[in-house]
Amino acid sequence: MVGFVGDRLGRLGRFAWSGWSGLAAVALLAAVWQAGHEAYGDFILPSPMATALAAIGLLAAPENWTLLLVTMRRALSGFFLAGILGALLGVIAGYAPAVMRLSRPLLTVALGVPPIAWIVLTMIWFGASDATVAATILVSATPVVFVAGAEGVMTRDRGLDAMAEVFGAGPIRRFLSVGLRQVCAHLLPALALALGTSFKVAVMAELLANAGGVGGALARTRAMLDITGALAWVMLSVVALVVGEYGLVRPVRAELERWREAAQPWGVKR
Amino acid sequence: MTALTLTGVGHAFFGRTVLSRVSLSIRRGEVVALVGPSGCGKSTLAHIAAGLISAREGRVANHYRRHAMVFQDPRLLPWRGAAGNIAYPLELSGMSRRERDLRVRQSARMVQLEGQDLDKFPVELSGGMRQRVAIARAMAIEPDFVFFDEPFTALDVALKRRMQDLVIAAARHNRFAALFITHDLMEAIRVAHRILVMHHKGQGLVGERIVDGEPGNRDDASIFASMQAFLRSDIAFAHVHDVDERRRT
Repeated sequence: MVGFVGDRLGRLGRFAWSGWSGLAAVALLAAVWQAGHEAYGDFILPSPMATALAAIGLLAAPENWTLLLVTMRRALSGFFLAGILGALLGVIAGYAPAVMRLSRPLLTVALGVPPIAWIVLTMIWFGASDATVAATILVSATPVVFVAGAEGVMTRDRGLDAMAEVFGAGPIRRFLSVGLRQVCAHLLPALALALGTSFKVAVMAELLANAGGVGGALARTRAMLDITGALAWVMLSVVALVVGEYGLVRPVRAELERWREAAQPWGVKR
Repeated sequence: MTALTLTGVGHAFFGRTVLSRVSLSIRRGEVVALVGPSGCGKSTLAHIAAGLISAREGRVANHYRRHAMVFQDPRLLPWRGAAGNIAYPLELSGMSRRERDLRVRQSARMVQLEGQDLDKFPVELSGGMRQRVAIARAMAIEPDFVFFDEPFTALDVALKRRMQDLVIAAARHNRFAALFITHDLMEAIRVAHRILVMHHKGQGLVGERIVDGEPGNRDDASIFASMQAFLRSDIAFAHVHDVDERRRT
């Protein structure tokens, strides 16, 4: 138990320490941004400091928190729907070649339709509501997760399956104890991608469907030519995504990939 | 008392016959080596006997309680430490955690795995250590029949000998019967009570030889002498060292 907690704390500490490089990257971005601001002036590109202050100002008003939470709720519910549906179908397709063959052309079609077209369709179907946003996220994020799930099953180590079978594991037990871990290795990067897509699509759908949330607020700032406000909202939605990713996807991934870290030689832990 | 009987077993992959008319029987507590050139269908036979592949023809009858298998590659779960891997079949059999820990430690001691190695992931272990874990995993469930599918082919000569000694000692200690697939005649003579030779195209067995003495009590000179005798003057072994790597095992 002590070893378990110590190991987690150690990794958390290493992760926190790696925050310095993240901070350096943010500082670099801010420097380039500042240079742009000084070259083009306040109207085209407000300074990063002004934007950050504006963002903090936005957060001071409780109604803005509701907007942010509405967008986060929509994005996360769409993400969960897409994640569960995509993973489930992907795993089934991985095990059943017939399903895979049938779904591949459908996938190409689904990926070929731009998200913006889906927004138009879902707006007509569901009006300006949560369902519009969730449905758009579902169609645009599911294929990525689906492909990863199917890939994970298809590229699994069949030798391990045979090993489990020899030692008496039935098909379900085999999937749970051997297959699932290998699927997860493919699934988690795809889920991180899907989470990013969910946030982007949520904001876009809100903006176009005028469904409130961060997208609605962005539409308003555009109408009022409030560049600082627009950038502040962008900053806030990026922060929300980062919180979602580091709070949700990364911890699960770190827990599942402990052995991969052990494979790295000392000194190159990333 | 027989532990395993195969009667007229045959198999084909995609219409190409790889095995036909193979019959053999193994008594309780007997280690039988099956030798033959690579690509003759030895591994397929072991997989059929272990129930991993269903035979196209023939019958497999086993009278043992439970079996285990040691594969050519260790086939360890990469996300589990050595101890977790050894415990895996015990978990499948629904054993309590405390008993599992005890068995893991016993089994690890048998293959001379030390305490600190038990926490390591397979990627952190050397090839020989991984194969030790695989043997410990097979021994942990106390099987009365073990399939060895060319387990030490990938190891160097010195390591191979050590692993063979481990198997010999484990077979004595746990009194399991075993089907030991190998294409190394020396290995077969060292570990087995009896040697079966497979036809080089998988068409049945071409010979059966009983090796003098008990495994573990034979000295190197006598092992070498029997190998020479088999290879030089025994018609059954004429094709054992043929190599045709284009055919799969």
